[in-house]
Amino acid sequence: MENNEIQNDLASIRNLMERSSKFISLSGLSGVLAGVYALIGAGLAYSMLYRGQSRIYAVPDESGFALLNDAIIVELLLIAAAVLILSVGTGIYLSYKKAKRKGQPLFGKVSQDLLFNMAIPLLAGGGLMLILLYRGYFGIVAPASLIFYGLALIGASNFTFTDVKFLGLCEVALGLLATCLPGYGLVFWALGFGVLHIVYGSVMYFKYDR
Amino acid sequence: MSVLVANQRYDFNSLKELLDVTDGNLASHLKALEKEEYILVNKSFLGRKPNTNYEATATGKQAFKNHLDALEKLISFQQSIR
Repeated sequence: MENNEIQNDLASIRNLMERSSKFISLSGLSGVLAGVYALIGAGLAYSMLYRGQSRIYAVPDESGFALLNDAIIVELLLIAAAVLILSVGTGIYLSYKKAKRKGQPLFGKVSQDLLFNMAIPLLAGGGLMLILLYRGYFGIVAPASLIFYGLALIGASNFTFTDVKFLGLCEVALGLLATCLPGYGLVFWALGFGVLHIVYGSVMYFKYDR
Repeated sequence: MSVLVANQRYDFNSLKELLDVTDGNLASHLKALEKEEYILVNKSFLGRKPNTNYEATATGKQAFKNHLDALEKLISFQQSIR
């Protein structure tokens, strides 16, 4: 057997093993864009919250209806939802194009495993956050979202690129740090969902997308 | 075998999608592997649809590893005679 043939053999074996178990069509560029959307959202939220008003951070409301008392909460949730939808949408679109290039089905077994694994911590976290918002514990929401997102990423790293694991660890660390500094939730949110995504997204883009 | 060594089990349709081959082609390869006792076949039903899963046996994994070792030895041998 020619040396070249052997290398090709080994390469195709490695490729098959990877394609069958990991979602390698994850687009790093979508991470960068998600970070950009998050920073824009954070900027909007900042201008809304701090236009001369006092900051509310950890005020448990006895009546249990804090969520409805303040219209600004709804607006903030809308911003968060918009950032989320845009990020996910961009992610799906860019990953679809990459999947076509790599010959990996976008909604095959591998991506289903990935989504299922991410869904559990994200749903648990999302549920917890909604309950906290409803009861008025605003200050813990941003840190909690970072921590649950980080946990979801760490689990997901088994089904896609391992770099995602380090992003997850950073998010968890950032979330814990944010819990110690109530009142700076928005700053940490901007760092965790904005800056970190841009950094890791670029790393993954240069490593895998070309 | 690469796929079954990298995953605990894999079903027929996912294999077909991954390898981009016909039903018959895949089935005959799988039969050959089963004959050598390199894989285990597990037929079941998902509701009313038949679902067939494959798993690598210890023998199969060892054979695969031997194949990789042999390839590597060939490479280093070829590099040493340059």
